[in-house]
Amino acid sequence: MDQPTLWNYFDASLARRRCVKYRRRILDVSQHVSALHIAPAFSCLEIVDCIYHELMRPAGTGQSIDSFLMSKGHGCMAQYAILEDIGVLPQGELDRYCTAKGLLGAHPDYGCPGIEAATGALGHGLAMALGMAIAERNLTRKGAPVPVIYTVLSDGEMQEGSTWEALMMASSLGVSNIVAVIDNNDFQSLGRTSETHPTFYPLGEKLAAFGWEVAEINGHDAEALHNCVRMREGRKPFVVVAKTVKGKGVQFMENVPIWHYRSPNPEEYRLALANLMEVSS
Amino acid sequence: MRNMFAEVLYDLAREDERIHIVVADISPAGSMAKFRDEFPHRFINVGVAEQSMIGICAGLALKGMRPFAYTIATFSLYRPFEMVRDDLCYQNLPVTVVGIGGGVIYSTLGGTHYAQEDIAVAGAIPNMSIIAPCDPAEAKMATHYVAKRAGGGPIYLRFGKAGEPNLTQKDSEPFEFGKLRYLRRGSDVCVLSYGVIMKMAAEIADGFAASGKSVSLVSCHTLKPLDREGISDVLRRHKQVIVIEEHAPQGGLAPQTKQIAWDIGAKCRIDCFTLKDEFVHCYGSHDDILAAHGLSAETILQATM
Repeated sequence: MDQPTLWNYFDASLARRRCVKYRRRILDVSQHVSALHIAPAFSCLEIVDCIYHELMRPAGTGQSIDSFLMSKGHGCMAQYAILEDIGVLPQGELDRYCTAKGLLGAHPDYGCPGIEAATGALGHGLAMALGMAIAERNLTRKGAPVPVIYTVLSDGEMQEGSTWEALMMASSLGVSNIVAVIDNNDFQSLGRTSETHPTFYPLGEKLAAFGWEVAEINGHDAEALHNCVRMREGRKPFVVVAKTVKGKGVQFMENVPIWHYRSPNPEEYRLALANLMEVSS
Repeated sequence: MRNMFAEVLYDLAREDERIHIVVADISPAGSMAKFRDEFPHRFINVGVAEQSMIGICAGLALKGMRPFAYTIATFSLYRPFEMVRDDLCYQNLPVTVVGIGGGVIYSTLGGTHYAQEDIAVAGAIPNMSIIAPCDPAEAKMATHYVAKRAGGGPIYLRFGKAGEPNLTQKDSEPFEFGKLRYLRRGSDVCVLSYGVIMKMAAEIADGFAASGKSVSLVSCHTLKPLDREGISDVLRRHKQVIVIEEHAPQGGLAPQTKQIAWDIGAKCRIDCFTLKDEFVHCYGSHDDILAAHGLSAETILQATM
């Protein structure tokens, strides 16, 4: 793992400013389409921002030796806003989101700039990330840094049996170059997971029992994510249970199920922008 | 057939570090064990966890590897179907899904182990190719092709099990992906088949030959993309075409041959013999289960001569 001396200074206020910018960008895009996954993107925005800007190690322009796979594909607006910002997505592409003239849809598609795997159906990402991690491990020559595969999963996705297959497999196969972050916002289509499926929790103990090194943090505290990933022991696969708020950043969207997949009308949009400043500044 | 596959893959893996095998708790006999012992990092046993077998293969391929997923056909294709569709086919990755025991060859294990509709299921997915060799010699050439091809998407490779006889000869036509392979050439009757049931197809061909007919016997090893041109040619050049397949009546070679015949206005007689659209609840030899589906050399000869 990284040596403590290599730790970058984490500029928390810069990260917060970036996330305000990304939320605003996502709200802007929402005005061109009738529906998009705003709340799932807002829920994991700090996490994805931290992975791209602070954790993935750069290797040339816009490139990294590490990889990111958005297992919760419906959160991809967060990824798109960041890919646009760092110059991987061509300017203007996001304005053509979900149109016949554009490349980008409501789930990440393999082949689009910066998208390493097609996701959208839940429960696929972790096994693919694991395969990528094994490939990177086998490809790495002695002495060279082993690329890390980062992936973000939804908590709903943790109900897929395939996710648990991959969890069990990663530790059994001794794969340690994988970092999974669970966007634990406690919301699914039919309500709060903690109410509909109470035995789903506690998650951390289950993951530890499956042989992963586990950290539990506030998922909107990017510095906490940064620190726990950098300070991981690294002998096992690493998973972060990140407590998040669905729709975070716009008060009237927080923990309100309709914002899973709905665009704000012009009035709501104006209110959201005003609200965004208030909440995040 | 599966031993030939393992042997070829072991040889190729010595030169090509991209070759990985991901198995789901299937016993690594023969060369498969050699592969595991010599290339432990490239032999991954996921246990009884087929969804992650396919997902891991996809991840390996996304990073430039050439993975082979390997287990019993029902478990390599049906159990992880959405992973095959989304991870492999939608992303068009060069992963080979090996299905051992295609058809009803696991004749004592019952319906849960019959891959009797696998060609239809795999063939319905865009980007998926399908190869079903008829004997170990053809399996060897097919494995060579699959492992050495320059690019391409996913392939479903349907095998029998172990111990099949070689029906093709050293001087038979070479295997060419996407092309019919003539094992014999004649002009009156053509028997068109693929996979392990080719043995029965050869018996039918022998029966017609014994009655003085000039007979072609053709291995249609590539089910997708189907050699439409080659099948059109078969339909034009023979008076009678007999299709025999160990597969459900829908979505396999038989209905597609009839479709091509309609498209080109073929004049020949066509007889198709497939498995029934049924689960049969009986046990016995492979031939017993085929007979329960109405498939035997005698009944087919009776119906066609």
